[in-house]
Amino acid sequence: MRLNRYGYLIREGFRSIFTHGFMSFASVTIIMACLIIMGSVSLLSLNIDGLIKDLEDQNEVVAFVEEDITDEATAEAIGAEVRKVENVQSAEFVSRSEAMGKFMSNYDSELMEGIDETVFRHRFVIHLTDISQMAQTKARLEAVDGIDEAKAHTQYAKAFVSIRNVVTVVSLVLIVILVFVSIFIMTNTIKLATFSRREEIGIMKMVGATNSFIRMPFVVEGLVLGMLGGGLAYLAEWGIYDGLTVRIVNSMSASYLNIIPFRSVAIYVLIIYLGLGIMVGVFGGVNAIRNYLKV
Amino acid sequence: MVQFNNVKMVYSSSETEALNGVSFRIDDGEFVFLVGPSGSGKTTIMKLITGEITATSGRIIVNDFDMRKIKRRKIPQMRRTLGVIFQDFRLIDNMNVYDNVAFAMRVVGASNRAIRKRVPYVLELVGLDGRERRLPNELSGGEQQRVAIARALVNNPRMIVADEPTGNLDPVRSLELMLLFEKINSMGTTILVVTHEKELVNAFAKRVISIDNGEVISDGMDGYFGNET
Repeated sequence: MRLNRYGYLIREGFRSIFTHGFMSFASVTIIMACLIIMGSVSLLSLNIDGLIKDLEDQNEVVAFVEEDITDEATAEAIGAEVRKVENVQSAEFVSRSEAMGKFMSNYDSELMEGIDETVFRHRFVIHLTDISQMAQTKARLEAVDGIDEAKAHTQYAKAFVSIRNVVTVVSLVLIVILVFVSIFIMTNTIKLATFSRREEIGIMKMVGATNSFIRMPFVVEGLVLGMLGGGLAYLAEWGIYDGLTVRIVNSMSASYLNIIPFRSVAIYVLIIYLGLGIMVGVFGGVNAIRNYLKV
Repeated sequence: MVQFNNVKMVYSSSETEALNGVSFRIDDGEFVFLVGPSGSGKTTIMKLITGEITATSGRIIVNDFDMRKIKRRKIPQMRRTLGVIFQDFRLIDNMNVYDNVAFAMRVVGASNRAIRKRVPYVLELVGLDGRERRLPNELSGGEQQRVAIARALVNNPRMIVADEPTGNLDPVRSLELMLLFEKINSMGTTILVVTHEKELVNAFAKRVISIDNGEVISDGMDGYFGNET
């Protein structure tokens, strides 16, 4: 194919966008709408996942040092072994006096009069990498020399793990369904847009046009419309997400929520939106005219 | 040159036998009418010539291409040796006269220079000079058919195949169109006109192939359906 022929076919692709203006508008709008719905569900599930992770992080294991180890330095040295235990993310040493101070601040200090710090034991407050392994880690901690026992809310951990698994599966299924539904809707809209051009394609075939000559303007058109749909969906998603998160964070009841800022995922959203938009635009267009090329 | 040897065509979808052992030969430079009533098999012959369908049996040669053996990717090349004209003109609505004609040259990879030289010449030949910027819906039926003829002619095909080209035209415009075909034929292009218009066929002393029920029933210079004239 000669260079001036490429130039002509690319120009034809652009011209076609304007001459079939309404259909181009419909294609871009549908691509945009589908991407926004799909993207919003994905971002929502990402936030829910982050939220559950935050809650998981608050679920800690407390490992108590044996009662006969009273010396603070000796107790703290056990920390080196504790930190070596598999699945331990961090272990913070809390001396018996610090533990008492915390306890007293939580309860009526008058009632606690006469209690001295020897009642409390030195301890380690431990955060885990994977809370689904809490029971096993608890057992490993109790096997460390100098550790008497470890206390962990394994039933809460189990509940969190279950919730997280359910949320992951549900959002994955939802996203996969939405991806398929979106691709189906988008390709059908493009199919509808090209239906009115079957006669034009028939004429091209009759004057001896090759399939690649006919396809080229559709590829250019699909590429431009897909990019436009993806780009506009990205901007709209940004606006919607930022607008909603500002409202959520500003409301008193949800101010503690740690919401993922759009900027941290923006590049991924842009790549996915543009990629999907172009893929659907180009393959949708080429696939839609396939039947008309069989003449 | 078009050659049909004992061609049979049965449409698999409806089991209809459209052609039953059709044989004829049209040599380069001839002007031939293919006539017959509706459903006689004329359109099937057209479609077999343009490669839209493949014969069930028999041999078809179109401008040196064997239509039973031709590879799919070679069909565009074969079609470039033909200029096809339809009853309903089949122009691209959103392209003006010039672009509708130039488009056929772009398809075969002609340079812009060649297009600028050839298109005005062909438009003048069919009597459409001065109408280059008009859209198809701004032209009369006769003018639209002339654009279709210009498009068919622009790549200098060996043969022009016209399917009921006068079907949407009044008698005066139909006659004008036939005179135009005669002029093109005199320049060396083979012409095959498919029609069922008896008066028009009989007005020209040309070879007539008559077909009915999928069979050739007469072939000669005796006018519409031979003995009917």
